[in-house]
Amino acid sequence: MAGLEDLYREIILDHYRSPRNRGELPSPPAQRVEGFNPLCGDEIVVTLEVNDGSVSDIKIGGTGCSISQSSASLMSAAVKGKPVTEVRDLIRTFKGMMSIHESTLPGKDSQDEADTEAGEAQLLDVDSLGELAALQGVVKFPVRIKCATLSWNTLAQGLDEAESETGPAGA
Amino acid sequence: MADLIDVAHGLDVETLRKDFPLLAQEVNGHPITYLDSAASSQRPHQVLDAMREYDETTHANVHRGVYRIAEEATHRFEAARVAVGRFIGAPNPSREILFSKNATEGLNLVANTWGRTHLHPGDSILLTEMEHHANIVPWQMLAEERELSIRWIPIDDDGALILDDLERLVDGVKLVGITCMSNVLGTLNPVGDIARVAHAAGAVVVADGAQSVPHLPTDVSTLGCDFLAFSAHKMLGPTGIGVLWGRDELLTPLPPFLGGGEMILDVRKEGFTPNDLPWRFEAGTPPITEAIGLGAAVEYLQAIGMESIRAHEISLTTYAMNTLAERFGDDIRIFGPKDPIQRGGVLSFAYRDIHPHDVSQILDQYGVCVRAGHHCAKPLMRRLGVNATARASFALYNNESDVDALADALAETGAFFG
Repeated sequence: MAGLEDLYREIILDHYRSPRNRGELPSPPAQRVEGFNPLCGDEIVVTLEVNDGSVSDIKIGGTGCSISQSSASLMSAAVKGKPVTEVRDLIRTFKGMMSIHESTLPGKDSQDEADTEAGEAQLLDVDSLGELAALQGVVKFPVRIKCATLSWNTLAQGLDEAESETGPAGA
Repeated sequence: MADLIDVAHGLDVETLRKDFPLLAQEVNGHPITYLDSAASSQRPHQVLDAMREYDETTHANVHRGVYRIAEEATHRFEAARVAVGRFIGAPNPSREILFSKNATEGLNLVANTWGRTHLHPGDSILLTEMEHHANIVPWQMLAEERELSIRWIPIDDDGALILDDLERLVDGVKLVGITCMSNVLGTLNPVGDIARVAHAAGAVVVADGAQSVPHLPTDVSTLGCDFLAFSAHKMLGPTGIGVLWGRDELLTPLPPFLGGGEMILDVRKEGFTPNDLPWRFEAGTPPITEAIGLGAAVEYLQAIGMESIRAHEISLTTYAMNTLAERFGDDIRIFGPKDPIQRGGVLSFAYRDIHPHDVSQILDQYGVCVRAGHHCAKPLMRRLGVNATARASFALYNNESDVDALADALAETGAFFG
């Protein structure tokens, strides 16, 4: 049986109680993206600035459960100041970690299929995730996976929109 | 089943619980505390046995074969229809009870048949702020297509409809959609009072009975609405079948909903002639086993008595509201009417600032099953100023120990999040 300590690791509760990079950047110039979890009504607002090919600043708004809020907070701390290419790698790795178990579930959403190549799961370097690895236990609670990935999907959309406006190099 | 009713002390819940196999199991090492009957109720073995017995001895398609078991299947299917009709006081059950997939499909049926026949560009519909999406979205879909406008009856801070302005709101409205009992707040709405004003204004009244029919005595001959939709799986029956009751005189002139087998009298290359009530609205092979199960569920509920069930749920709701208030004080906010008489056994609550998903996750560790989310009532969530609530809901098989288990697990939740 998966225990609560698998889900609610201390670092998760810490980020839930004291979220990092909370708020909204003025938009424009920041890219502003909203994400929704239709299951629970949670919503997240990611505002980010991409300069010289890097995520120079990011803030997180919205409301949600401890898992979605801590995941967003951990994400913001992990990507701030990082090159967009590295951030995209991180998104891929994180979603890979979240889909190892999800990929074995029947009726999995097709939108996540791209992330669940069988080989990719084995190649996941969870150690490279640092503090984010604390969210690994979420996969034992399948209903909560969408809570953890909400902010990441929203960030990915924000990066796409930023690039479509300014080109892949960023500006 | 008369022995299940202890006249002096209400329902004999301990004996009755033995009828429900699922309630005997443990979850995470704790006896299961099932508090999500507003989402779906558990089934007694009487229902499960009736379905199995039908499947093993009688199953054939209905209204088709002339052989013995096909005739018997048809007979039992139609008998279930009449039993359900009598359960809700339908004046003409063999014509007015339409089997649907669930309450949602029943409401869609009204929108697609009565709505498409009677609603035209510029017409208005009146709904309440506390409707389930099932009694909102079908009307929004039709409103978009037909250029209709939708008005809303607001609610007050205690979760009751504000009806002071009803006559003005209903003026010029063709249809009023109202839930008998809110699936979030538990509020019992005065359907009869609203229907009187609506009828005086020339409007038809569509009621969502998904939460009320399983828990309260229902008599459509006095309720006041013109259509009533509900689902079997919230009233001890199986999933996959629901009921739409409609007044004979309103149903009779309506066109079919879906096309196919069963719903026709004749088909020629040039066109078709629809069948009579109720089959005109039941295209394709219906959920036969499920109808048998629903019939058995109705029989079970009637043997106990809806008055007794209602009395038990009022008593349990009172105990729950008092217990939660005593143990958690201002840390808990229960939405909806304060008086248990004015509500059903549905308690949506906010516990401190802990997200409902986190609350229900911790409760699950103690075997306590509650719903967390927006309960398919997002306009209401916005009115309440929340994204989601946790919701405990009762049925005839719940007892005070279930409430105590909820309170104990909530205390653990509070301790966990510190």
